[in-house]
Amino acid sequence: MSAAAARTPFPANWTARLLWSALALYVLYACGILDVSWDRFVRGLDNGGKFLGRMFPPDFSHQKLELLRVGMVESIQIAVLSTAAGIVLSLPLGLLAARNLMPGWVSWMARGTIALCRSFHPVITAILFVKAVGFGALAGVLALVVASMGFISKLFAEAIEEMSLKQVEAVRATGAGFFNVLVMGVFPQVIARFIGFCVYQLDSNLRNSTMVGIVGGGGIGATLFTAYQRFDYDFVLTILLAIIALIMVAEIVSAQLRKAFQ
Amino acid sequence: MSASLVIRGLRKEYRPGVPVLRDVSLEVGGTGMTAIIGPSGTGKSTLIRCINRLVDPTAGEILFGGQDLARLKGRALREARRRIGMVFQEYNLVERLSVIENLLCGRLGYVPAWRAWLRRFPPQDVARAFDLLDAVGLGEFATRRADALSGGQRQRVGIARAIMQDPELVLADEPTSSLDPKTSVEIMELLARLARERGIPVIVNIHNVELARRFAERIVGMSQGSIVFDGPPGELQENHLLAIYGGQGWLDA
Repeated sequence: MSAAAARTPFPANWTARLLWSALALYVLYACGILDVSWDRFVRGLDNGGKFLGRMFPPDFSHQKLELLRVGMVESIQIAVLSTAAGIVLSLPLGLLAARNLMPGWVSWMARGTIALCRSFHPVITAILFVKAVGFGALAGVLALVVASMGFISKLFAEAIEEMSLKQVEAVRATGAGFFNVLVMGVFPQVIARFIGFCVYQLDSNLRNSTMVGIVGGGGIGATLFTAYQRFDYDFVLTILLAIIALIMVAEIVSAQLRKAFQ
Repeated sequence: MSASLVIRGLRKEYRPGVPVLRDVSLEVGGTGMTAIIGPSGTGKSTLIRCINRLVDPTAGEILFGGQDLARLKGRALREARRRIGMVFQEYNLVERLSVIENLLCGRLGYVPAWRAWLRRFPPQDVARAFDLLDAVGLGEFATRRADALSGGQRQRVGIARAIMQDPELVLADEPTSSLDPKTSVEIMELLARLARERGIPVIVNIHNVELARRFAERIVGMSQGSIVFDGPPGELQENHLLAIYGGQGWLDA
């Protein structure tokens, strides 16, 4: 064998092979304990058919529509309030977390706060707040404020860290104070992205606000959960249709907002 | 002529034990243009940036208006900075702001942040900004966004921003290095003219020896963190250039 042929261009990576085999074995094992069988699948189809059958036609009675309206309005209020409060709190938090503007210890503390906000799913935070302030919209708002702070301030801090320091340096060289550097050197560079994050968060808070109700955080989620438990599947369908319509409208509005602030 | 800026024993080490500036001493008079020439990486930019403390010196003093700039902090530092204008190699305009807003950035040392935020600058500042914009030949461009301008136009805005500060000293860090030869001459003419009209001393870092000879009244040559030549352009001879830049071949042509 010649020397050239002896050199393998892609030497076998035994660590990778071992890890892949371990993953494959685990997937097989996990499938084994899922207990999926043909029998169960057929029964499931049957149940699903019954469920869908009871959903039609959706319930548009006057009384139900009133329930729907109250729930939806509360959900929208939860979303708007929590996004607004989240934005106001994210601005300073994101600034404090930006490593290129703040001394190390400040940004690490802010980053810790952000990590704490992000560590739980909004539903878990909502349960905590329901325990703390009782059932209702306030718990939902607080839970989503925490989620909004986590999301917006993290991305805002990253946007600040990616901006051009040359422009900031020039503003600093004029003798501008810290807030003037922020206003004229930092914000013009990051404000469009910040607004983008806020609009996106409003969008996802509308979705989340329908969900926090399930654990007692108020809004349409509570109405939906009650309807499920009372087997009012026709009303469930009405609510689902309303939520889909809401999300679609939110999508259009947020696209327009983003375009306006480009 | 009394010196407006006195630098004594200025030393800067980015990494301990590796000085970029080796105890530089320099006096700059109250008017006229001083050009600092020298090869890349020799500490010209560091020297200029130490003066307005975008870079913190390791040792030495920088006396300006009766204060040692090297020791200033906080408010005192900001008040010193607003008396020193700076022009940058890559213009460093805030790109998403309009031209006039960039000019008004020159007043940020005097304007509280809420006024800047609401764009409620004092009317006399706004009027001055428009006058200066006319003076640099960009009157039409006031409301254009800075990133819509060409390089030469941007540098005019950069110079106007520095002059907006009503400075007692202007620092220019390679103001022409990103520009074509013709625009470079125009920018140097503009800088020299504004400084002359207003009696502001200018310290300019520049690569181009010919431009330095043509516009500066005094040339300071630096090599490896030290000053190796200091005199009027007429005295700058080939042997000085050799001492500044080293090598030989690039001088023959």
